[in-house]
Amino acid sequence: MIPAAFDYIRATSAEEALAALTEHGDDAKLMAGGQSLIPLMRYRLVTPGVVVDIGNLDGDLRGISVNGDTVRIGALTRHTELEHSAELEATCPLLNHVASLVGDPAVRHRGTLGGSLAHADPASDLPAAVLALGATLVARGPGGEREIAASDFFTGFLESVLAPDEMLTEVRVPVTADGWNYQKFNRRAQDWAIVGVAVCRGGRGVSLVNMGPTPMRASAVEEAVAGGATAAEAAAHAADETDPPNDLNGDADYRSHLARVLTRRALEAAGFA
Amino acid sequence: MAVTDDTTRAGGIGARMLRKEDGKLVTGEAEFVDDIHAPGELWMGMVRSTVAHARIAAIDTSGAASMPGVQSVLTGAQLADMELWVAPLPCAWPVTDDMVNPPHWPVATDMVHHVGELVAVVLAESRFAAADAIEHVIVEYESQPPVATVEQAMADVDHAHLEHSTNKAYTWAIDPDPDGTQAAIAAAAHVVSARFVQQRLIPVAIEPRGVLAVPSPMGGDITLYSTTQVPHVLRVMVAATTGLPEQKLRVIAPAVGGGFGAKLNVNPDEILAVALSHRLGRAVRWTETRSEAAGSTHQGRGQIQHVELASDADGKLTAIRVKIDADMGAYMTLLTPGVPLLGSFLYHGVYDTPKFSFTCEGWFTNRTPTDAYRGAGRPEASYAIERAMDMLAYEVGIGTDEIRRRNYINGGEPFEMWENPAGLSFDSGHYGPTLDRALELADVAGLRAEQQRRRETGAIRQLGIGLCTYVEICGLAPSRALGGLNYGAGGWEHATVRILPTGKVEVVSGSTPHGQGHETSWSQIIATKMGISPDDVTVLHSDTALSPLGLDTYGSRSLSVGGVAIAMAADKVIEKARKIAAHQFEAAPEDVEFVDGSFSVAGTPSKSVHIQELGFAAFTAHDLPDGMEPNLQEQVSFDPPNFAFPFGTHVAVVEIDEDTGGVELIGYYAVDDCGNQVNPLIVEGQIHGGVVQGAAQALYEVAVYDDDANIINPSLMNYLVPSAAEMPSIVTDSTCTPSTTNPLGVKGVGEAGTIGSAAAVINAVVDALRPHGVTDIEMPASPMRVRRTIEQADGGAS
Ligand SMILES: Cc1cc2nc3c(=O)[nH]c(=O)nc-3n(C[C@H](O)[C@H](O)[C@H](O)COP(=O)(O)OP(=O)(O)OC[C@H]3O[C@@H](n4cnc5c(N)ncnc54)[C@H](O)[C@@H]3O)c2cc1C
Repeated sequence: MIPAAFDYIRATSAEEALAALTEHGDDAKLMAGGQSLIPLMRYRLVTPGVVVDIGNLDGDLRGISVNGDTVRIGALTRHTELEHSAELEATCPLLNHVASLVGDPAVRHRGTLGGSLAHADPASDLPAAVLALGATLVARGPGGEREIAASDFFTGFLESVLAPDEMLTEVRVPVTADGWNYQKFNRRAQDWAIVGVAVCRGGRGVSLVNMGPTPMRASAVEEAVAGGATAAEAAAHAADETDPPNDLNGDADYRSHLARVLTRRALEAAGFA
Repeated sequence: MAVTDDTTRAGGIGARMLRKEDGKLVTGEAEFVDDIHAPGELWMGMVRSTVAHARIAAIDTSGAASMPGVQSVLTGAQLADMELWVAPLPCAWPVTDDMVNPPHWPVATDMVHHVGELVAVVLAESRFAAADAIEHVIVEYESQPPVATVEQAMADVDHAHLEHSTNKAYTWAIDPDPDGTQAAIAAAAHVVSARFVQQRLIPVAIEPRGVLAVPSPMGGDITLYSTTQVPHVLRVMVAATTGLPEQKLRVIAPAVGGGFGAKLNVNPDEILAVALSHRLGRAVRWTETRSEAAGSTHQGRGQIQHVELASDADGKLTAIRVKIDADMGAYMTLLTPGVPLLGSFLYHGVYDTPKFSFTCEGWFTNRTPTDAYRGAGRPEASYAIERAMDMLAYEVGIGTDEIRRRNYINGGEPFEMWENPAGLSFDSGHYGPTLDRALELADVAGLRAEQQRRRETGAIRQLGIGLCTYVEICGLAPSRALGGLNYGAGGWEHATVRILPTGKVEVVSGSTPHGQGHETSWSQIIATKMGISPDDVTVLHSDTALSPLGLDTYGSRSLSVGGVAIAMAADKVIEKARKIAAHQFEAAPEDVEFVDGSFSVAGTPSKSVHIQELGFAAFTAHDLPDGMEPNLQEQVSFDPPNFAFPFGTHVAVVEIDEDTGGVELIGYYAVDDCGNQVNPLIVEGQIHGGVVQGAAQALYEVAVYDDDANIINPSLMNYLVPSAAEMPSIVTDSTCTPSTTNPLGVKGVGEAGTIGSAAAVINAVVDALRPHGVTDIEMPASPMRVRRTIEQADGGAS
């Protein structure tokens, strides 16, 4: 529970943070809310030599704005800001709802959207939400900015396409005011989902939490829905092509069962017949 | 004791007074062990075994010893050579003369017997240096086959301690008439035979354990600050284990953030801190981490229970036979072997049975030792009987309330001094009204109708209603009876009460609070006894220099033993004060009345003196009766004549999502009877916490070990302690059947909630699943387990 020794840099701008990443390479880690990084450091599962704290950065990097049919969210926007945002309530209430289910209030006051995505934990809620929404992620690195489709972002357990010297700056989601649902099944209010399912009717997006090594789209369900299947028929495919983990809360069979039950509930609640 | 509305309003016995101690506890003013520092202190870093059973082939400390900030690294063998201790860690309850008790040294020397056992200690200038250094101590183990479960222990193929040819530690029985029990079971109209598993639990107090030992090298004294429930017991045991003179040891338990039994042990870290600080002349400290605690601090429960109930055609019990296989873990710690015995007397619960047989076998495994955890033996007992009674109700075909009514001791009517089949005398009881009230409070009739509706409509969320009527024993006493059980301590408690020169009152408590609110309750007792404000009372405790005599806090004993001692000491002070008042009035003491804090001569109300004024007279001693000693101070060591037997009925209401298996506890109703209540607010608080701890066992908590006896869920991320969000708003009420064991008529309440709730919750879960033909489910009733149970009962897969 005592992290290994590390150096600490508090960045005052994105440029400064990126410069620190370029300078220290693999030895450096960005820290936004610290809600995933610090626990890993305390268990000594990661031992960065340099922690670059971007938690205080503001401006474009933090906050929510709506531009036509796109909602722009700064990567450093806190979960609690998503949860309580009136703009989001009007344009993308799925994110309010999902954010309100992350951890506990203390976690939500520190944890950031960008941190949650960059951490790429298959058990996390917000990655599933951005997958179902068909979001676009914006990353900035030494060579400038690039856009990454959410469905291309997650590559492995706690791994993404982000390079060590890149930083997420922004998330863009299409305005999606209705036809959405999120089912999170867990045992205690502050816990990660044993299985979760996010659905957006408009984009026909369906995604799964904790059903494999990455946050993932439920492609078989999406295809069934696109092919005109009923909610019940489509939900039967929820565990297809998944690789759910076995742990104390659920083995792979139970998770597959949960995925089917929750997918049906989510599809029906999102307005699929 | 009669309680007037006036004294209640004034903060005396019966008042719902807010706790005096809470301000300092919630604002951070109170100091916990980890807040206290001594100049030059060294941090211990604990190198713990990562294998369950092994010979230590080699330990390389060189890398760690040369790290910055490291003072030294000491292996178990080196520590043994230093002769820091004269005896192994104590087991104070060798339940039988032939009990196997392998020596348990603070640090292993050649063999390790559980994951988490100490193999070496780093001494470093900071907690950080210590944490870095333990990673560089390299231990080479030669693994032995571990005994990972009680079943493996019973198979006796591999042995948890190689020098013993059996894993069995002892056999202990209450079996006055085995043939009679057998005959009654053979002749019974109905027999229920059940096997229950009491899973191991990790006690999780909000404050982890820690120690700080501060020597005074010139004077030779050592002060041990410890997160302990038992500073007095600890002082004796540290002296006996280290060989240091007891009078040179001072033990202080500063603010202690909960214990639940896990802080009543004598731990390796406590012995190490004292012995090393004495040897080095430097303060030595340590605070555990959560994951570390899962291996190093004792665990609770850990039993396999076989229960047989026999009844006549109407469900009236004719015999109860119980066999327990109890997991001791790797060593006998302070009370390990005795914990199952604390329940042994109660396996018939609140029911009258002509025949009763109980046998317990203790087994060693290569896991962290078990010991007392909230309820210690009694939650296990009430779970077994209350689950089995529900099964008997199904068998007989009557309601779960009716089966209870038919079997309550004395037909549910009031009784005193009832001889139970295990040889105890129940002080007082009146079980029927707690059931009536609980059924009414929960509106069980309405719930049953709703349950029926949901069953008929095939609702996904089904309802379950569970009952539990429990009885428990607390305030272990008298000392002579404990001696008869081979228990290594007495059952008395000590109290001192003094009126200071300015009239304020100081109470010295031998029982030691760690969250229970002693300062408030003791003040209320004094307020009623002396007719003064509770604000005029200060309670001193938890420091062996301030309170040299005491037996501390566990087993719901503080009020029914310690609180009574305080009331008795107050009476003695009042009697002495009466003599001083009589002397001032030039009257006979018999003629002096004591009302609302004032002494006066009967018939001459104008002559009166308040008891607080007499403090100064006793202090100056200018004019005391001939031969009277100065000062108004009295002490009492109270050794109760018997245990006290609290009881109650709980109703749990659950909703089960049959598709996911998720269980939600949607209602909880507790009607408890702990005799007279000193502070109903504190009573309710104890019930709330206790209920949640039992519900946690029913639905959430289990220490999971793999085949190699490694604990796999040592962190709070996967050891699921429930939070307020998982709990309903608990509804409480009480009945009052005063104890006959003590003059306050009080019984304990610290463990009652836990003793009642696990059975109530599981009874509710099984009740919800009855239409599937389910009759039992193992704890914790996790969603996956519930779903699987439904699938198996329905004979198909999901
Ligand atoms: C008790 C507890 C309960 C939790 N429960 C849940 C839950 O129920 N559901 C859930 O989804 N999550 C849960 N979490 C995790 C939480 O949501 C975290 O906030 C989130 O995963 C990480 O966000 P952060 O800002 O704290 O990231 P940090 O911890 O600061 O960083 C996490 C990782 O992302 C990287 N990173 C951070 N920001 C950026 C960026 N802008 N660009 C590139 N890389 C970046 C860091 O280098 C690090 O590798 C819980 C956490 C805790 C402590």
